[in-house]
Amino acid sequence: MSEEILVKMRDVWLEGRSDETWNPIINGVDLTLKKGEVLGLIGESGAGKSTLGLAAMGYTRDGVRISKGSVEFDGIDLLTASAAVKRELLGKRIAYVAQSAAASFNPAHKLMDQHVEGPVQHGVMSKSDSEEDGMELYRKLRLPNPDQIGFRYPHQVSGGQLQRCMTAMAMSCRPDLIIFDEPTTALDVTTQIEVLASIRDIVEQFNTAAIYITHDLAVVAQMADTIKVLLKGDEVETADTRTMLSAPTQEYTKSLWAVRSFERPQKPAVQTGSVPVVSVQNVDASYGTVPVLHDVSFDMHEGRTVAVVGESGSGKSTTARCITGLLPPKAGQILVDGEVMPPDYRKRSKDQLRQVQMIYQMADTALNPRMSIGQIIARPVEFYLGLKGAEKRKRVDALLEQIELEPSQYYHRLPSELSGGQKQRIGIARALAAEPKFIICDEVTSALDQLVAEGILRLLARLQDELSLTYMFITHDLATVRAIADEVVVMKDGRVVEQGPKTEMFTPPHHAYTDLLLSSVPQMDPDWLTNLLAERGVDNIGDAAVDKM
Amino acid sequence: MIWFVAALVGMAAVAWGFRFAGQAVTGNAPKFRDMPYGVAYGYVLGVAVLAWLVWAYTQGRSPDQAIANKFFFLRIAIEGFIIFAIAAWLFRLLGRSVGTSGTKKLFRSMPLTASFGILTILIYAIFALFAGVIAPYGQEQIIPGVAANVIPGGDPTLGGNPDFPLGTDQIGRDILSRLIYGAQNTVGIAFATTVLAFLLGGTFGFLAATLGGWLDQLLSRTVDVLMAIPSLIFALLLMTIASVWAPELGIPLTVFMVVIIAVIDSTRVYRLARAVGQNIVVMDYIEAAKLRGEGLGYLVFKEILPNATAPLLAEFGLRFCFVFLTIAALSFLGVGIQPPLADWGTMVRDLGGFVNFAQFAPMAATAPLLAAGAIALLTVAVNFVVDWMLQKSSGLKE
Repeated sequence: MSEEILVKMRDVWLEGRSDETWNPIINGVDLTLKKGEVLGLIGESGAGKSTLGLAAMGYTRDGVRISKGSVEFDGIDLLTASAAVKRELLGKRIAYVAQSAAASFNPAHKLMDQHVEGPVQHGVMSKSDSEEDGMELYRKLRLPNPDQIGFRYPHQVSGGQLQRCMTAMAMSCRPDLIIFDEPTTALDVTTQIEVLASIRDIVEQFNTAAIYITHDLAVVAQMADTIKVLLKGDEVETADTRTMLSAPTQEYTKSLWAVRSFERPQKPAVQTGSVPVVSVQNVDASYGTVPVLHDVSFDMHEGRTVAVVGESGSGKSTTARCITGLLPPKAGQILVDGEVMPPDYRKRSKDQLRQVQMIYQMADTALNPRMSIGQIIARPVEFYLGLKGAEKRKRVDALLEQIELEPSQYYHRLPSELSGGQKQRIGIARALAAEPKFIICDEVTSALDQLVAEGILRLLARLQDELSLTYMFITHDLATVRAIADEVVVMKDGRVVEQGPKTEMFTPPHHAYTDLLLSSVPQMDPDWLTNLLAERGVDNIGDAAVDKM
Repeated sequence: MIWFVAALVGMAAVAWGFRFAGQAVTGNAPKFRDMPYGVAYGYVLGVAVLAWLVWAYTQGRSPDQAIANKFFFLRIAIEGFIIFAIAAWLFRLLGRSVGTSGTKKLFRSMPLTASFGILTILIYAIFALFAGVIAPYGQEQIIPGVAANVIPGGDPTLGGNPDFPLGTDQIGRDILSRLIYGAQNTVGIAFATTVLAFLLGGTFGFLAATLGGWLDQLLSRTVDVLMAIPSLIFALLLMTIASVWAPELGIPLTVFMVVIIAVIDSTRVYRLARAVGQNIVVMDYIEAAKLRGEGLGYLVFKEILPNATAPLLAEFGLRFCFVFLTIAALSFLGVGIQPPLADWGTMVRDLGGFVNFAQFAPMAATAPLLAAGAIALLTVAVNFVVDWMLQKSSGLKE
């Protein structure tokens, strides 16, 4: 690694425009990046990571401005540089990899045509040279069929492959700096490994400097040489990765590290012969003619949390849709308290519907934006329990207190006036309002920051103890499973692969697929990825490993 | 033509010089340094057009009557534009200082076009509501002893009459009074028709989006069939049939017209309501409501409708314009609002011949243009307001 400085940002202040005023986003942050160095930017959502990352390219989103400070790239002042100078730099010497590759590729053009655009435009390579180079990059990134994959359209390749194609595209002009904005956040753990490994390899090979933006500490620990922690636009601390992981100095950083320590002891096994609250028996289901579930069976007992894990497309959410009756199963049945439920929710009685409640992944779309918090929670109270007027208000207030929100302060607010974690709490209150026995939690923490997510998990655990609720916890995050589950059901391709108590599941020997899932969860150890790759062998990571099973 | 091309080429050189001078004078400020050539040309072209307008305006004010007549309408347009702009600005200023904090905030972020639109619509509404009080004469009153075809302007030397500032029509009725009553008839009927169209289209659209299945298919295909027929021709055909039925059944023809236009226009509303509804129906909060066991009424009115108001309201404004123009067009063709009721479309048709005088007696040509101008002004005003609401509602979603 050379000691030459590539990016120098000094006392950068960024402001965003909303409600006709300029609000601070970044308050005087310094950033120095040497050639070939990888810097990890971490922080919760709203900390200003992406905005700072983009500012390093001298670029701001609409409605954002750099109010003070300087940004220098290789001696060029990006803030005063002319549009022509910037055009020369962007794409050629500075590249950007966005979070959602699927949304960033133009669906109407083949991957290779989009790949060659940069080099041809900047006059770095001819079209045919660039195409050959693209295939070489695809090979280096370990994409399957590197010679042909470029001639497919974006929708014809998987999410993880698309993300790697985007990295190849960013590499096409051999830039000095790449900015990765949460490149693996939308991917499954098994796919994530593959992308992480290839990004790390290629960055090392070409000695490219990178700014890696993410909220996942374990991921950044694998990728970065240096880590910078941001909190609400202020820099908390900067240190090299190993120092940062072993000896964080600031309270906030320590609290980030501590999140993963929440773990509930497993409850004792239920007595044999007791009637499960919900029982899924030999369920087959399909969307149209495409079969999705095959002979799925498991029981959920009172006061227990059953975590259903698996990657996207494994049938976790479909199982939930069968239980709620949104998707009537093709075969098999759903029992609640030993009673067979009508397969279609429209045929269920009000009381049967009340028993099964649901909390959604995206609190944004789960709450009607035009209803106040009071109205949202009051509706099930009125609908199921028939409470009116003052009694209804009292019940809603009690529910708001239960989810740790001050009733007088939140009753009249709209969902848009709440933070993500608060919205999710309202979703919980709405489910509780029906006084159910059983709640399905569909990825309830995956859209939240770690600290907020932990708060939600603790709340759910407390409510379970108080009300002896039964949870079905759908998740792909094994850290969450470890924290809250009593029993675990592992699903793959619409089948239950393995099930049992948590302690049993987390101790070897596992089923091969469970093993793959478990070992793919990034650990807070900078050597974890290296060791894992060595263990699995280069050709047997992520996607490749799944395909072989 | 040669001169025109020469001017364009000349401006090309001026534009280059303008950018170069700008760069030199400001010491290469980013505004001039990064200015594309097209933008520089645009500036120069804009200045040239503005200069021509000023020149044309002075010509319009020329003491030589022949030259002044040539630029008469341009002069009126420029004066009207300036007066309306000032009025809109004053209205916005008023809105910013009077009213609740909510309305003040609304006016503070309002563009001038929207405040112009709101002001115009307010004035139309006042005229329509209080037509009987404001209008100096009755809409069908033929004033005794007054000539027909008095020229607007009220200048006796030019064939006007100070008692009738906007002149009289071909059988001696006061045009000003008829314009005011026309607001009541044309705008009132258009409003009723649009409301009916929205009730029909909105209800069926949301039902189709929520229930789906065969009902959706049936409604959508019916709407497709209706939309396949050119709407004005279809309306004309139905109005011709209705004009035979109306006297037999003893129902005014106007009622038929309202229903016919409402049904034809409700197909467009249906399409929008269904599309908007389908986007909302897939939301998790709708799923939550369905799983709660809520009925159709609650789903449509409490969950879907509040989230669809913004696009529907914007469409309402637009649809109102179309309905309004359709009514004016039908009246112009003689099957719409029936005489002796005053109606802008009919007024344009009746006085249309005067447009031929535009070259030498612009005041005479103004007579039919007054009603046409009233239609155009309202359409523009409504569109300004709709644009503003659309922008606001799209901003809300971020």
